[in-house]
Formats: sequence, C-alpha cells, structure tokens
Amino acid sequence: MCDTCGCSGDGGAVLRKPGVKDYHVHVGDDGGHHHHHDHDHHHHHGEVRKVQVEQDVLLQNNLLAERNRGWFEARRILALNFLSSPGSGKTSILEKTIPMLLERYPVTVIEGDQQTTNDADRIDALGVPVIQVNTGTGCHLDAQMVQRAVRELDPPERSLLCIENVGNLVCPALFDLGEAAKVVVISVTEGEDKPIKYPSMFHHADIVLLNKTDLLPYVDFDAAKCREYALQVNHHLEWIEVSAKTGEGFDQWIAWLTLKLAAL
Amino acid sequence: MHEMSIALSVIEAVTERARQEGGSRITAIDLVVGRLAGVQIESLRFCFDAATRDTPAEGAELVIEEREGRGRCESCGERFPVSSFYAKCPSCAQFRVKIESGEELSVRSFTID
Repeated sequence: MCDTCGCSGDGGAVLRKPGVKDYHVHVGDDGGHHHHHDHDHHHHHGEVRKVQVEQDVLLQNNLLAERNRGWFEARRILALNFLSSPGSGKTSILEKTIPMLLERYPVTVIEGDQQTTNDADRIDALGVPVIQVNTGTGCHLDAQMVQRAVRELDPPERSLLCIENVGNLVCPALFDLGEAAKVVVISVTEGEDKPIKYPSMFHHADIVLLNKTDLLPYVDFDAAKCREYALQVNHHLEWIEVSAKTGEGFDQWIAWLTLKLAAL
Repeated sequence: MHEMSIALSVIEAVTERARQEGGSRITAIDLVVGRLAGVQIESLRFCFDAATRDTPAEGAELVIEEREGRGRCESCGERFPVSSFYAKCPSCAQFRVKIESGEELSVRSFTID
C-alpha cells in the first residue's frame, strides 16, 4: 500500500521531489504500457495449440529504453546511468561533479532508491532539479520509471542527465534505461575482485570510476589488479581513479564528461 | 532479485498474445535462457510460480532451454565456449573475448488450451 495516499498500489515505483511534501506520482498510473485489445479473435476454442513467439523477454523495456534514447538524442541530452554497490559513493561523486559543470551545462538528476529521498535531498541542496524514484521492493530502475521521471523533470536541451541507479551490482545490468553510457563506480574499500565477481555489470559498462582513492594508504586494495580484472571482463572499458572527498582525478573525469557533452 | 521482473515480463508478453490468439488458459511456456543472460534459472522458476498466480498462466509448465555461451577471441580469432564474461582464450590465453551467443533471454513459444 502506498504510504502517502493509502491507495492499494501493487508495490510499484513512486516518484518524489525533495521539499514537496505531498508530491508523489505512481509510475504506471498513466502512460504505462498495459493495454487491452478489444478485438479478441475467437478461433479454435478448447483445442490445445502451440503458438510460436520468438520474442525477447525484455522487449517492452528495450522498446521503451530506445524511445528514451531517441528523445535524449533529439534534445541533445547526455544521459548517464550510474551503477555500483551501495556505499561506493555515487551520490558523493555527483555532489562533486555537478558544481564543476554547472557554469557550462545544465544538470538534472534522477535518484533511484528503494526508500527515502535522502539522496535526492543532497542533490536538491546543490540547486539542480532532481526526482527521486522509490522502487519499493524493486532492485533496479527500468525504462518506464525513467520515462515517467523524465516527464516530471523536463531536462533542458544540451544538458547532462545523471541517473543514479539503485545500489546493486547485479540486477540493474540487465535493464537498459536509454542512457548514452553506463558509469560503474567501485571504491577501494571493496574487494579488488569485484569485476570478476560481478562480471555482467562490468561487461556492460562503458567506464569505471574507482572512488575513494584517498583511502588507498589505509586499505589492502590493489588498484592495478582491480583494473586488470575489469579489463579482462571488458577490454573496451575506460578507467578513471578519483576521490570524491579530495577531488583527486576529477580533472580527468570532468574532461571525459566535457568531451561527451561537447559532441552532443 | 530481478528474476521477479523477468517472470512478470514473460507473463505479460504471453498473456497478451494468448488473448489475441483466443486462448483462455496457458498450459506451457517455452523459454530460451543463455548462460550469460544474467538470470538464475532456479530463482526464475521460483518467481514464475508466484508471478503466474491469478493469471491465465497459473499452473503452466515452464520449459527452459539453456544455451551455452560462445565467444570469439579479438586477439587471435579463436572461437570457444564461454561460461562467464571473464573468459580466457584457450589458444592465446588473452582475455579479449567478444560474446557471440549465450545472452539470449526470449520466449520461444507457449501452449494454449
């Protein structure tokens, strides 16, 4: 049940805005893809029949993702999907990145979490438009949630849209949102073998940000080994080492973003 | 547990088509799941039972064909079976595989009554 309006939702995702107490939108309330055909064909009732389909299971999500992608491209919006384990520092990276870009490009953010608007509140404090998607029990964002959130957010042309996925290195790898690139964040307080423990995520990523490099002197983390593993899972990966705390490596990261934004 | 989303997507795809085909009950669903599709077969089966409840597919048999992963080495061109994206070429020992198959996740057919 929805804890805001008390309606008997199906546990689906809800959009929220920081500081707007009563604002909440259920994803799928309208513009969803559930529809009924009135033209039922009545043939061969009572007869056991095999129907050939040959359809991708994620077809609906993939089609919606492509619509999102087309919309982003037409409006020259760079949409990035940020993925990581919980606590790797996705939100901290955004907090550091956004002020560095704002002079040149507008930035908007979609925050994905099962519960709370805590991350959206942190982004809101930077003064950029943000929508929180609460997935409830869901472990990943999907293309429909992003489509609905984007409609509420209305990102301007020639801007950066950061989509921070639910912290999870498994499930979000499967769901295309329509992003231009997947940015995977891993931190030095995790195991350096994360890329081979969760190869699907790293295989589908475009770039890895190794975060919290300021802690390297205090932890047993072999950054070179981690990078080697990541490249063994995906030899096309780009790799940048950063510290969202000290700003180390951000010149390289901002250069990467600026190059992408300039090419829009 | 994205297998629940996967199970729901399967049901959605199939019930829509079954309605068009005039079937009232779905008795079996045939899936193809590649070894590299990122789906746990056991979890999918578990979720499938829950996802089909109160749908025309309730009680349907879930038939899953697992597909082996296959890749080609981008260094030496060798083709070889792969069970993970962390795959070493048996010929040149490089980790530069290009996946050619094994990522399938599709509904092949279903049976209506």
